[in-house]
Amino acid sequence: MPESAVLPTVEDALALGLTRAEYELVREKQGRAPNQVELAMYSLLWSEHCAYKHSKKLLRTLPTEGPHVVMGPGENAGAVDVGGGLVCAFKVESHNHPSAVEPFQGAATGVGGILRDIFAIGARPIAVLDSLRFGEPHLDPHRSPPDGGSDKGDANNSVGSDAKSSDEGAVRTRYLLDGAVRGIGHYGNSIGVPTVGGEVYFEGPYEQSCLVNAMALGLCERAQLVRSAAAGVGNAIVLFGASTGRDGIGGASVLASAEHGEGDEDRRPTVQVGDPFEEKKLMECSLELLERGLLVSLQDLGAGGLTSSAAEMASKGEVGIDIDVARIPLREQGMEPFEVMVSESQERMLCVVAPADVPAVLGLCEKWEVGGAAIGTVTDTHQMRIFEGERLVGEMPVRALVDDCPLYDLAPEKPARPIYPPPPATLAPGATLAQTLLALLASPNVASRRPLFEQYDAIVQSRTVRRPEQADAAVLALRPGPSLPAVDSGSPGAAGRACAAPHEPPAHAATATDRSEEPLPALAVSIDGNGRRVAADPYRGTLAVALECAANLACVGAEPLGTTNNLNFGNPEKPHIAWQLSESVRGLGDACRALQAPIVGGNVSLYNEGPAGPIYPTPVVGMVGRLPDAARAGRLGFAREGDAIALLGPFAPSLAASELAKLRGEPLPDGLPAIDLDGVLAAHAAVRDAVRAGTLSSAHDISEGGLAVALAECCLAGGLGATLAFSASTPGPSERRFDATLARRRSLDPRERLFGEGSGGFVVSGAHEALAELAARVPLEVLGTVSADALSIAIAGEALSVTLDELAEAHGALAELFG
Amino acid sequence: MRTEAPISRVWAKQIKEEARIWWAKARADDADMRRAQAREMKFGVLQFPGSCDEVDALQAARRVGDAELLWHGERDLRGADAIVVPGGFSYGDYLRAGAIARFAPVMEAVIEFAREGGLVLGICNGFQVLCEAHLLPGALLPNANLRFTFRQVALDVVNPDSAFTKACGYAAHPPRSLSIPAKHSWGRYHADERTLDELESNGQVVLRYSSGENFNGSLRDIAGVQNAAGNVFGLMPHPEHAVDELTGSTDGLCIFESMRLAVEGVRA
Repeated sequence: MPESAVLPTVEDALALGLTRAEYELVREKQGRAPNQVELAMYSLLWSEHCAYKHSKKLLRTLPTEGPHVVMGPGENAGAVDVGGGLVCAFKVESHNHPSAVEPFQGAATGVGGILRDIFAIGARPIAVLDSLRFGEPHLDPHRSPPDGGSDKGDANNSVGSDAKSSDEGAVRTRYLLDGAVRGIGHYGNSIGVPTVGGEVYFEGPYEQSCLVNAMALGLCERAQLVRSAAAGVGNAIVLFGASTGRDGIGGASVLASAEHGEGDEDRRPTVQVGDPFEEKKLMECSLELLERGLLVSLQDLGAGGLTSSAAEMASKGEVGIDIDVARIPLREQGMEPFEVMVSESQERMLCVVAPADVPAVLGLCEKWEVGGAAIGTVTDTHQMRIFEGERLVGEMPVRALVDDCPLYDLAPEKPARPIYPPPPATLAPGATLAQTLLALLASPNVASRRPLFEQYDAIVQSRTVRRPEQADAAVLALRPGPSLPAVDSGSPGAAGRACAAPHEPPAHAATATDRSEEPLPALAVSIDGNGRRVAADPYRGTLAVALECAANLACVGAEPLGTTNNLNFGNPEKPHIAWQLSESVRGLGDACRALQAPIVGGNVSLYNEGPAGPIYPTPVVGMVGRLPDAARAGRLGFAREGDAIALLGPFAPSLAASELAKLRGEPLPDGLPAIDLDGVLAAHAAVRDAVRAGTLSSAHDISEGGLAVALAECCLAGGLGATLAFSASTPGPSERRFDATLARRRSLDPRERLFGEGSGGFVVSGAHEALAELAARVPLEVLGTVSADALSIAIAGEALSVTLDELAEAHGALAELFG
Repeated sequence: MRTEAPISRVWAKQIKEEARIWWAKARADDADMRRAQAREMKFGVLQFPGSCDEVDALQAARRVGDAELLWHGERDLRGADAIVVPGGFSYGDYLRAGAIARFAPVMEAVIEFAREGGLVLGICNGFQVLCEAHLLPGALLPNANLRFTFRQVALDVVNPDSAFTKACGYAAHPPRSLSIPAKHSWGRYHADERTLDELESNGQVVLRYSSGENFNGSLRDIAGVQNAAGNVFGLMPHPEHAVDELTGSTDGLCIFESMRLAVEGVRA
C-alpha cells in the first residue's frame, strides 16, 4: 500500500466533484480510503466529462455500424472508408466551459485538442470546422426595429428585458465571440490546417453559457490507422511534447462537469493555454513516428491529462501501467505527484514503444524539437501504479478507475410549461415583404459569416474545392493524402531528407488533376445544429438538424458516409433536461439510421446552464460524405442569366420556431410539424444525382429564413438577380402524384410560403429541360428565372423587389461586430 | 506492432503497388513532355519548424519543374536553381514574424545564393523572413485591421519584365489582374518615403493590390517587391495557392513559370 501522510476526507472528494456515494464506492474498490493521488485520479475519471455517466446509456442506442465505418466510437476519433485505400478520420468536440471563462484560450485549445484526436489515430488533419453559440450580439435590440416593433417584446420578455442588462449581455457576447474567433484562427492558421466551414447562432439562452464546438477531419491510408490500446508487457510508456505544468488542473472535473455561476473568473486557472507551434511540431513528430513504425499505440492527452490517457490505454489493452512522475519533464518546480497526474497542460502525447525502439523515438523527438521521456512501463498487474522515484504514491485497479464509475439513469419528464422566455421582438408587425426579407438577412443568425471566416485560412494544404459561401458544404479534393516518401535508413535524429514531409505526395502528384482523365473524388463536410428548433421539439428538431447536414452534402453532390455529434445540453439531473436529451438522441438515432450515416464518434457536454436557465438543447451534428468528381461539386450561387429557378422537394414551410417567429418575438411552439422522412430522402437523392450529373447550375438547401432568404443567398453568392412569380394555381412540371404537396404549399399565407422553414426544400437553378426531368422524381415547382441585378418576387397580389446592393448591405450586418 | 488484421495489410500493399505503378506512369508522361528540354530546373523549398505552405509551394513548383524540400538545419541547397521561402509561422513567429528564421543554418546558404544572383522567392512568411534577412527592403507590419485576414485579392503587375513576372502575359492591353488569395496577420508593407520612391523608380515594386483590394493597409498598395538586382522577390499573397482551377484560380502559376524561364534563359 502506498505511503501517504494525511488521507483526504469525503469533503475533499465533494470538492473534486464526486458524490458521497461515489466516494464510498471508491473506498470499496480500493479496499481502503484513497490517498490524495488516488482521489484526484478517481475524481477525473469518474467525472461526467470522462465517464459520460449521465449519457452513456443513451449513447448506446445510436447506430454505430455500417459498410463504410472503419473505426467507431471509443477510439480517439472515428473513421470511414473513402475509397482508394484512404480513410477519413473525424470527430467533433466541445470546449464550452473553458471558452465561457476565457474565450481565446478556450477556443484555441479546443481546436488543439480535436486536432490531437485526429493525429493520435495516425491521420494527418486536413480540415477544421467550428460550431459556435453566443447570446444576442446587438446592443439594445429595441432600438433597431421599425416603428412599433418593440411593444410585443417588452410585454413578453422576462429575462434581460431592460436595456441595461441586454446591453451588458451584448457587450459580453461580443467579447466572447471575438475571443473565440481569434482563438480558433490563431490555432488553426498557425498549424497549417484549413478552417473550411462552420456555423454560428446567436440566441438569448447562450448568453451565460456560450458553446464552442470544433470538428476536425484527417486523412490516412487505412493500414496506417493506429489504436490506443496499450500492449506488450515490458514495453515502455513514452510521454512526448510539451512539458507538464500546473495549468488546467481540474478542467474536466471542476469546470466541465458543473453549471456556471458566481466565481467563474476564479476558475480561469483551470483553463489550459495553447501553443500551436508546439502542436505543429508534435503533429509532425507523431506522424513521422507512426510512419517509421516505431509505435505500438498512441493516445493524446486531453481532458484529464495523463491520468485519463494512461488509464484508458491500460483499460483498452487489458494491462497495467506503472508511471514514475519523477521522470516527467516539468515546467515548474515543486509539483506534487497528484498535480503531475491531473495536469491538463496542452500539446502532449503518450505512446507505447518496444524497449529497443526507445532511443529512436527520443531521437525523432529531438529532431522535431519536442520533449520526450520514457516515464513508465506496461505491466501485467492490471493496476495503475504511480511512483515518485522508488516510492509508490498511488495504486488503483485499472478496471475500477475506467469501467466502474456508476452510470446513472435519467429521469426524463416533459416540462409542463415552456422553459424559455420569448425573445424580444425586433420586427414591426406590419412589415412589408421587402422589410421582412431585409430584416431576416440582417439578423445575426442569417447574416453573412464572412467577417468570421475571413479570419481563418481556408485553403492551406491545397485541397479546398469549395470555400465558405461558395456551396452548402465544404468540399475537399481527395488528393493522395499523407506523406509516404521512402524512409531513409539513417538515424532518425539526422535531419534532411530523412524527414517525412508533411502531406507530401509523391513527385508530380500535383499535376495529376490536370493530366488524368479519371475524375478526382472529393470529401464533403457540413456541421449543423439549430438549437431553437430543437428546443421547440427535441425529437423532430434533432431529426431536422441531421437532415439539414445531409441536405448540405447533397447540394455539392455528396452522399453521407458517417456522422459525429456533440450533444450540448443543460444539467441532465433535471427532468426536463433529461427529456430534451433523451428525445434528441432518439431523433439523432432515427436520422442516422435513415440516412445510413452511422455515428462514428462524438462528445457530450452537459451542465451548460447558468442562473438564468439552461441553453437551448443543442445537438451539433457533423457529417462527412463523398462525391465522385470534385470538378462537379455543386455551388449555391446562381450562375447564368436565363436559367430556370425551382423549388424542389416535399418542403412544407411553417413559421413555427422559424427565424421570422423569433424576430416577431413569438414564444417557442410546443412541437414542430411532422417530417416526411421518405420524401426528404428522395429529394436529397434527386439533388445529389443531378449535381453529380452536372445538370444543375446551382443547388442550395432552405434553412433559416425560409425560401426567400435562400433565394437571396443564391443571388448574393452568384452576383445575379432573380425574377419570380408564385402562382396560386398554375400546375408546375411535377407529376400529378405530387399535386397534393404543391397544392398545400400554395394554400399558405404568402409570409409562411416565403419565410416558413422545414426540411426537404431546395432552391435549384438550371436549364428548363434539366428541371423538367427532376420533376418526374420529386415535387418541383418552377418559380422564375435568373436575371441581372435585383430579386423580384410577385406573390398573391403582393410584390417585393430588392436590388443586389440592398441585399448585400443587409447581409453584411455582422461586420460591425468585428469593427 | 499495429492491430490491423493481416488482410488489411495485404490490401494496403496492393493499393501501394497500384499507386506506385500509377505514379511511375505519370512520371514517364512527364519525361515525354519534357524531353525537348535539355535540363529540368530545380526549385528548393525551405522547410522550417512551423512552415505551413511548404508542400503547397512544392506542388506548385513541380508544375513547372523539379522541386524538393530543404530542411532548416541544413546548409546544403542540393543544387537548387531557385529557392522558395514558403508561408507559415516559422518557429511559431514568436518575437516577430520571420525574425528567428533568418538565423537558420539554411538561411546562411540562401543569403549566399542570393548574393551570387540566384533566384529567391519569398511568399508571405517567406517575404517577412527575406525582409528580416535584409535581402529585401522594408518591413511587414500588423494588418491595419489587426486581424488575420484571408481574402482572394486582385493584383496589378507593375513590373511585367521582372524575372518573377515575365510569363504573366502583361503585354496585353489593358492588363488583366491576377486573382490570388492572401492570408496573413502581418502583411502591411512599410518603408520610409525615400525608400518607397527609390523602389518605384527602380521598378522594384512588382505587384500592387488593385484598386480597393489593399485590405492590410500596405503603403502605396504594395503587394510584392524585388531587390535592386532583381533576383530576390517577396510578396504577401500566395501564388502557390492559385495553380489549379479546381481550388480557385491558376493565376499564380505564371510566377513559377517566369522563374523557370529566367533560370533556363541564364543557362542558354
